Amino acid sequence: MKGKDILSVKEIDKAQILQILAVAQKMKQKPAEALLKGKVMASCFFEPSTRTRLSFESAMKRLGGEVIGFSEPKATAVQKGESLHDSIKVVGLYSDVVVIRHPLEGAAREAAEATQKPVINAGDGANEHPTQTLLDLFSIQECQGTLEGLHIALAGDLLYGRAMHSLVHALCHFKTRLYFVSPQALAMPDAICAQLRQHGVPFSCHATLDEVIDKCDILYMGRIQKERFTNPELYERVKDLYKVDLNLLSKGKKNLRVLHPLPRLQEIERAVDATKYAYYFSQAENGLYVRQALLAMLLGVL
Amino acid sequence: MKKILSVAAIENGTVIDHIPVGMGLQIVKLLGLAKHQKKVTLGLNLPSQSMGFKDLIKVEERRISKEEADQIALFAPQAKISIIADFQLEKKFTVSLPKTITKILDCPNGRCITNHERVTTRFWVDCFGKNVSLRCSYCEKSFDHAAN
Repeated sequence: MKGKDILSVKEIDKAQILQILAVAQKMKQKPAEALLKGKVMASCFFEPSTRTRLSFESAMKRLGGEVIGFSEPKATAVQKGESLHDSIKVVGLYSDVVVIRHPLEGAAREAAEATQKPVINAGDGANEHPTQTLLDLFSIQECQGTLEGLHIALAGDLLYGRAMHSLVHALCHFKTRLYFVSPQALAMPDAICAQLRQHGVPFSCHATLDEVIDKCDILYMGRIQKERFTNPELYERVKDLYKVDLNLLSKGKKNLRVLHPLPRLQEIERAVDATKYAYYFSQAENGLYVRQALLAMLLGVL
Repeated sequence: MKKILSVAAIENGTVIDHIPVGMGLQIVKLLGLAKHQKKVTLGLNLPSQSMGFKDLIKVEERRISKEEADQIALFAPQAKISIIADFQLEKKFTVSLPKTITKILDCPNGRCITNHERVTTRFWVDCFGKNVSLRCSYCEKSFDHAAN
């Protein structure tokens, strides 16, 4: 995968996904401290992000590499009206790999076309965030021992949830059974449902977590954002339908694990953190190993 | 009986015939014909035996290539292109859907980078049976082509 851009989950095939997860597994088991010594990662964050930026920077540094970059566009020539194309072209001259987060959709592809260096999309607006999906897959495989044949429920804002859409796309490679839990107004887009039918992936839509909790191996939670609702009463009514608490989990399978891309609001009770079901912090940690794997692979040292 | 032409014949150039009614202006825009320095004649709502009514475009001094013509296939799938040299028909071809459509369309997604930076747009053409949709290669959103 040397020199490849990681822009969209749709462009990573099953063999590549498994290869990345296998390398990430090695990274987790045995840290390789000087693997990227002498290499420079440019961390270009055109909008603020803490988790993603810090995990990329930590991934590079823990492999012995250097990090340059910025965490908001205010400090850059973009403020002077410089195009994204020119900014990234220049950044590419100073670094070996470019990580970009940008509020506009398609910005990562524009960046990839501006430089010869490999570009990793760390989120382009509502479009894609492929490393999130890869760390989700890694975490699912880690806690269930496999990616094949699982029953996976996704709950929350399925209409706008970028992480949900990309994950569903990637899960098409594995023989999963999907359960979509959301209010009607935030249901999975028709285009994605059509895609699942095309791939022969069985799925069903549900209104409450209670309907699926005893069936799933993974419960992938997302935020229900208050601002998505035009009717505040409706929000108050639905928000508790998507709350994970000890009572709900007591009805779940033994191997059930709860994932969440974070940040969480009220959708997972703090009390859940101490149970075996909680896997969202391990998931966040896994982001480090998956990003280490990608950096090493794109830079051609693995 | 001599055929009476609704739109004058051209000496050298291209005739785009069998354009669905209402698409003529769109195609003038797509092919940038309004900026063509030579004569362009546009016929709207002309009677047609096969289509009932049709639009038609004649462009002097420009030979439209198959690749260019394919870019309008979305809007005029039945279009017939005639290349005219010295008032004679030199060759005639039909259009077919290309794999990608570049430059001529704007992405309808206001949050797409192509609407904020000087980026040449590029759309993938996806066919699911009779349904054709366009997928922006930047923001990856799919659109029904009528949206443009």
